[in-house]
Amino acid sequence: MATHGKKQDNRSPADWWLFVLGFVLFAAVGFWATPAILYAEKPQPFQFSHKLHMEQVGEGCQSCHAFREDGSYTGIPSLEKCKECHGEEPMGETPEEKVFSKDYVAKNKPIPWQVYSKQPPCVFFSHAAHVANAGLECASCHGDHGDTEKLRTYEYNRLTGYSRDIWGWSLIPLDGPPKRMKMDDCAKCHRDNGVRDACFVCHK
Amino acid sequence: MSSSASEMRFGMVIDVDKCTGCGACSVACMSENNVGVLPDETDKIRSITWLRVYQIDNGQPYPNTQIAFFPRPCQHCAGSQGHHTPCVSVCPATATDRDPKTGIVSQIPTRCIGCRYCVAACPYHARYFNWYDVPWPEGMDKPLSPFVAPRMRGVVEKCTFCFHRYQRAQNKAFTSGEAMGEMDYQTACTEACPSGAITFGDLNNPEHKVHELKKSPYAFRLLERLHTDTAVYYVSAREWVRRQADNYLSGEKLAKVQAGGGH
Ligand code: HEC
Ligand code: HEC
Ligand code: HEC
Ligand code: HEC
Ligand code: HEC
Repeated sequence: MATHGKKQDNRSPADWWLFVLGFVLFAAVGFWATPAILYAEKPQPFQFSHKLHMEQVGEGCQSCHAFREDGSYTGIPSLEKCKECHGEEPMGETPEEKVFSKDYVAKNKPIPWQVYSKQPPCVFFSHAAHVANAGLECASCHGDHGDTEKLRTYEYNRLTGYSRDIWGWSLIPLDGPPKRMKMDDCAKCHRDNGVRDACFVCHK
Repeated sequence: MSSSASEMRFGMVIDVDKCTGCGACSVACMSENNVGVLPDETDKIRSITWLRVYQIDNGQPYPNTQIAFFPRPCQHCAGSQGHHTPCVSVCPATATDRDPKTGIVSQIPTRCIGCRYCVAACPYHARYFNWYDVPWPEGMDKPLSPFVAPRMRGVVEKCTFCFHRYQRAQNKAFTSGEAMGEMDYQTACTEACPSGAITFGDLNNPEHKVHELKKSPYAFRLLERLHTDTAVYYVSAREWVRRQADNYLSGEKLAKVQAGGGH
């Protein structure tokens, strides 16, 4: 025991620097490697420009994302909606539209979009409560997605299969866009707004 | 006074004299709530039926034998006179709680650690443990309901009074601006019952049918002496049926227990 104490007394500043250097080095590697190991990319079927389409439609976001009569939300519109304007021949020149016309419209195949905000199966989310009742802006949860020209990369957690947006893109919560939407994030806004609190509000 | 009063109190009144024991409620419940079929469904200790139909008889020899059936969903106990919801109070993981707005006892399988305290605590055997992953046959996972999360091996599940139907009814109320009506939120078993034995609604709401039905002199609840204050009432005009709802001494009168919850 006594020798141990003695050794500690003998630590030189160089020892400490080595420790700090090692710590910083490994932390840096960890920060870089962890997301790379944990998350994998999945491509979107093709590019989609919200900006371009907002200039084409008459009723803004509601033209494509609306409530059904029973209060459920249509979410991403079905191919039927696209077919109101798009035929089997592309209107423009872009390769994106060719893929869309050839592989989906012509074959009448639903588009397998990757949904950035998709929550785990046990979560119940209601656009009716937030948009129709509380009058929240889309942007307060989805950021600027409605103004974008290009789809960003979709990544999912290799272990759970959930979208990376749920737990956020930044390990330290600097929380630039895209916004994360963990249980705590839902709950924080609910607390601030006095929404009732029980497991059977957001779960099913 | 109820120890955990809730704003609304969803519950059932089940007319035992109308129940024919056909099991349509059980089947409707299983398909509504993504309850799977296990390879060996004859193993009743391990199979899962959120709404099980029990059969009782009056113990008389033929030709005086009479039979009655008890459909048994989760009783959504509130707990009265200082008692509490048995399962909620023992859960070490907060995987189950009682919603103070609807009076519904939740179950969050993803949170469950599988200790099964709640299974042991429940006096009604309403909770079930998943001993196996459900082997959905090829293609049979396609008709699963997206409104109810499927469960995995190692967690407990139970009847939720089709809470997802409440969520959907609420969505409709939010968008239409009209208050949720009695018929907007009905459980799958209620709808499936061919003889109309099950009535579902808010026990606290005088406009709902259950509010009146539960006041019948023939209404009773299971094991009332435990003070679980359940949300499921049964009705039977037959005294021998009512007698089997609790543990009575041979000479004991029924009325005493039901009127005052006496000890
Ligand atoms: C022409 C139809 C159309 C219109 C109009 C439209 N959208 Fe979309 N929206 C889509 C399609 C298709 C997708 C799927 C591709 C994607 O993720 O962008 C989508 C996806 C989204 C998503 C992403 C969901 C996710 O998490 O993956 C959000 C958020 C969204 N839209 C918001 C808006 C907003 C806000 C507006 C109005 C400013 C709007 N949309 C207008 C068609 C439309
Ligand atoms: C209101 C009419 C309208 C609707 C509805 C509509 N689009 Fe378009 N879309 C257009 C027009 C106009 C263009 C521009 C054509 C061009 O390239 O000149 C376009 C272009 C595109 C392009 C190529 C743009 C690019 O960036 O290369 C894609 C891909 C596309 N749309 C997909 C969709 C999908 C998917 C839907 C269904 C959710 C849809 N559109 C619904 C009118 C519409
Ligand atoms: C309170 C936060 C919030 C607001 C406000 C909100 N959303 Fe969402 N949105 C979500 C969440 C969370 C999901 C994922 C739901 C899920 O997976 O169950 C989602 C999913 C979506 C989806 C994808 C649904 C699908 O098909 O899977 C679209 C499209 C969308 N939102 C569009 C909108 C639009 C348009 C608005 C504005 C009118 C809006 N959202 C407002 C939180 C919000
Ligand atoms: C930006 C703030 C905000 C965020 C983020 C948010 N909510 Fe809400 N939520 C509200 C408000 C405000 C209400 C109250 C609506 C009302 O009843 O008027 C509400 C109501 C609800 C309701 C209905 C409550 C009821 O009375 O039954 C559900 C369900 C819900 N939120 C789920 C979620 C989930 C799940 C998430 C996260 C994915 C989430 N919310 C994120 C603000 C938010
Ligand atoms: C305000 C809405 C909200 C409430 C209230 C809420 N949750 Fe959640 N919960 C979520 C959301 C959104 C997720 C998914 C995102 C995440 O993993 O954080 C989630 C995820 C979970 C998960 C992980 C599921 C998985 O598959 O990864 C568990 C377990 C959980 N919740 C348990 C509970 C319990 C137990 C309660 C009650 C004490 C509760 N939650 C109340 C919104 C909520």
